[in-house]
Formats: sequence, structure tokens, C-alpha cells
Amino acid sequence: MNMSKNREIPPMHPASAVDFLPPAQLRDVQFTRLKDMVQRAFDHVTLFRKRMDEQKLKPSDLRTLDDIVKLPFTVKTDLRDTYPFGLCASPMSEIVRFHASSGTTGKPIVVAYTQEDLNDWTRAVLRSLAACGVHNGDIVQVAYGYGLFTGGLGLHYGAEALGASVIPISGGNTDRQIMVMKDFGVTVVCCTPSYFLHLIDRAGEMGINMKELPLRIGVFGAEPWTEDMRERIEAGSDIKAYDIYGLSEIVGPGVANECTHQAGPHIFEDLFYPEIIDPKTLEPLPDGTEGELVLTTLCKRAMPMIRYRTRDITALEPTRCACGRTLRRIKRIGRRSDDMLIIRGVNLFPSQIEAALLKVEGTLPHYQIIVDRQKDLDTLEVQVEVTADAFSDTVSAMEQMKKRLAHSIEGITGLRPAVKLVAPRTLQRSEGKAKRVIDKRIM
Amino acid sequence: MKIKQLSVFLENKPGALSAPCRLLARADINIQTCSLADTREFGILRLVVEDTEKARRLLQRNGFAVKVTDVIALEVADEPGGLAAILDALEGTGINIEYAYSFSGRTKGHALLLFRFSDPNAALQVLKERNINTVGSEELSRRLKG
Repeated sequence: MNMSKNREIPPMHPASAVDFLPPAQLRDVQFTRLKDMVQRAFDHVTLFRKRMDEQKLKPSDLRTLDDIVKLPFTVKTDLRDTYPFGLCASPMSEIVRFHASSGTTGKPIVVAYTQEDLNDWTRAVLRSLAACGVHNGDIVQVAYGYGLFTGGLGLHYGAEALGASVIPISGGNTDRQIMVMKDFGVTVVCCTPSYFLHLIDRAGEMGINMKELPLRIGVFGAEPWTEDMRERIEAGSDIKAYDIYGLSEIVGPGVANECTHQAGPHIFEDLFYPEIIDPKTLEPLPDGTEGELVLTTLCKRAMPMIRYRTRDITALEPTRCACGRTLRRIKRIGRRSDDMLIIRGVNLFPSQIEAALLKVEGTLPHYQIIVDRQKDLDTLEVQVEVTADAFSDTVSAMEQMKKRLAHSIEGITGLRPAVKLVAPRTLQRSEGKAKRVIDKRIM
Repeated sequence: MKIKQLSVFLENKPGALSAPCRLLARADINIQTCSLADTREFGILRLVVEDTEKARRLLQRNGFAVKVTDVIALEVADEPGGLAAILDALEGTGINIEYAYSFSGRTKGHALLLFRFSDPNAALQVLKERNINTVGSEELSRRLKG
């Protein structure tokens, strides 16, 4: 088997043609689909109809696409409050699939799909993979969890539809992942970025250099990651790392994906309509301004989502991408409006800690933030796993590294943390998603 | 002659030391000497073993952060001023001793000490000029067995 990396750029997949629709035509498609969907939700979803009635709105009040701002928002608690099927617009006889996302407290949220919904989703994932250069002939290792989580099955069907050879290995069992990656000559891997960093580390320990494998593309998502992390991944494995964005409430992975220019994920706008709002005033914001991403599904039948507040903080890029797609891009999402911690009155996003740790050479971002309250005072502890690279045999060098880490964190966040070095692989990881924050405070 | 030393990161908690030691024991790797540096929250276990590479692979495969460092084993006369003579040799060279520890037992009126110098190559040069004997790993194994 040829073990070198193939860098050829494949011809455009026919399904990607929609990515290049002229803007006016795209808006026509969006408006037609929006009207249909709002009518369907109004007819079949009690909660939506009630909210429309409260605002004395009818589907016919949508006269242009921009009228979307009149519509009521949907939030995560709506899904929880109507658990499990309250927001379904289709009868059970037409629903062919459920997924659910693990809630941090209590009941999960459930999402439903008709066969047409699954077809649309598959196509969105196909276009995602095609946009970053995956084609038939690629061997795709899907290391997202299969099951209620949308990650595994979402990528699976999209990659199959593209004609790629899919390995449905699911999450976990790192040594087997690496063995399969090497033995099958895997060229594309799909998982969380933090898990892939773990794979690079582990492969190294097993005496396997990722740079020498045929692996050339990583499609990473399901958690926020930074540009620094992309550099680390690419330097450590000699692949191209692409950001895939999605959320179960909308469809799963494949709401947006980066093209080969790696300039932020393109939203598949013919299926998912994006807006940016001010999370406090809820007013719409113009392209280029940072705010909360709000998404409306334009085709979903089983569970239409209208103006769903994602809590992800980003901006719609005001300029056209060099690839020529007319689909707008979102800025890569580094933070959410709700994973913000307030410590001693200071706002803190986990991504800031990540950026600070990465600044200190030789530290891979396996870390955990532990917030506690002692004698009415918030405490911030950052636990960092020691890697072979960062480890030194002298106590003074290790103490100095701790100081540099603490200093870097203080420089970025304004908070002085207690940095604790812990042994490799001792920090909790759940389903490949790194558990970044433990807040022990009782508020 | 330089000797390879393994350093292992340990958290400062009960049982942390036994895990790597048990691993080595099960693989039949003998620890020729070791020392433990500790702080309030973490420790560094330093080891000299016969097959450094095998031990490194074993520890790394089991998830330990491991580092290989060059150290120098020196014969120190087992008499007053024995260590001072070595330190005198390094005086003014700018070479720093990061840490040192010893092998148990002594042979022919000499103690055997391990030094981690800031610059092992420069230290070797200085020691050679002063005719201070260094002990290589093969010689070390022979002595420890003999």
C-alpha cells in the first residue's frame, strides 16, 4: 500500500453546485422554503402557534426574507419543556429516526427526523466533506460516537453518500483506533479535535509517527477549538484540519463546514438560515459583528426549528471566500454565551485558558478548570497534564513551567490561577469530548 | 562516559511511586539506583536501570511522562574531602550541578555518585583534564553485580 500522503485536489462533486448559487437565487430559495416551513410549524406545533398568536403574527406576515426577525425565538429549554416529542410537526408514522443529546441536568433533549430530513442531512454532510476535499476513494474513519449522539451516524451517512469507504469505528479504544488508522491506510478521520490530539500523543507512544501515515484530512467538531489548536494538530500529524459545525437541535454535524481555504465554516444556507443577534437585547446584528448565532432550519419536516438560539458566539464574515462559494461563513467558534464563567466578577471563557496554555511552548491543551469558593472567595485552579515534551527532570524547570503557565493565564484573563501539574491522562474525558470545567461553587 | 537516566513524573499522592516500580518489576528490569525529588504537589522519580530504552518504552506505553537525561557517575574517594575535590575541579567553570545522588555500597574505598550537570559534555571535559574517573554503564553493571 502506498503510505505517502496524496495531496491532489479532486474535481468538484455535483452536490456542491448549490454552494455556488448566485446570491439572489439563494435568497429566493431561502424565502420559499422559509414560508413553507413556518406554515407547517404553525399548523402542527402547539408551542410555536401559541407564540405566534401572542404576537398576533400569521405565517402570511412573512412578506420578505428579512421579516424573519419578527418570528419568535426557540431556546434549548423549549425542547426540554416539551420532552420528548412536543415540538414534532410530523406524525410518528413519518418519523424514522431519533437522536438525543445528553443534558447536563435531568432529561436529554430529543430530536426527530423524517426520511426526507435524513436525506437532507446526509447531503449537508456530503457537501461538508466534499468542501474540504474528501472524495470517493478516501478511507474515512468515523471516530465520533455512534448512537443517540448525532456525530457518528451523521458523518457516517454523509461519507457513504459521497462514495468514500467508511470505517464506523465509533469513539473510544484509542489503541485500536491507531491500529486501524495505520493498517487500513485511513486518509480521513472524523472526531473531536481534543481526541485527535490524544491520538497523536498515543500514536507517538506506540512508536507510530502520524506524519508518515496516508492520513491527510481531519474533520473536527463537536467542541469549540482554536486556531492555535489547528496549528498543533497540523504540525503534529501533517494533515489538514477542518472545522465542522453543527448541533443536534438543528440537525447534527454538517450545518457548516470549512472549505480547503480553512477560512471559517460555510453555512449551508439553503438548508439553515443564519442570523447574528445581540444576546442581551436580542436585536439583529449586521454581518461582521460578533454576537450569538441564531439558526432557522429551512427544510426540516419532523422538527422545524425557528430562530433557534445556539448560544455560540461568532460573526458572519462580511466578505466572500476565495473558494467562490456564495454561502456565508461564520467565524470559528471559540466560545459560547453560556459556558462563560464569572470568577471574582471577571468573565472567563475556557477558550481563553486554552489560548494561554498554548502560548507556553510544549504544553498540549489537556487541561481542566476547577472553580471553587473558599471563605466566600472564588478560587480558580487549572490542572494541566504533563506531557513527555513538557516534562523535565529538574524540579526548578517544572516550577518555572508552572509559573510561565500561571503568568500566561493571568495575562490573558486577568485572573491569577493556581496551576497544578498532573500525570498524563488523569483528567476526565467523556465520549471523546474533553470535560473542561468543573464548577464546584454552590451559588 | 555518560550514563542514561530516566525521569518519571509522579503526582504527590499515596501509591504514585509504586505504579512505575511495579511495572519495571514485572518486566524484570532491575533498578540500579534511584532518587526521588518532591514538591508539595508532584515528584520526579529518577532511575538508572540496565536497559534504559526498554524501560522508557514500557513506562511511556503505560502513560507515564518520561524523560531520558545524561548523567555522569563518578568515583569519589571515601575519605574526608573526597567530594570537595570534585567540586574544586568544577570551580569557576560555570558548570552547575543540578542534583546528585549516590549508589548504595562502596568498592575499594570509593563511593559512587551520580551527577546531573547543567552541561554534561563540558563537565566530562573538565573531569578528564583533572584525571577524575568516570564510570560508564557497562562498568557500572559489572560493579553492581560483582
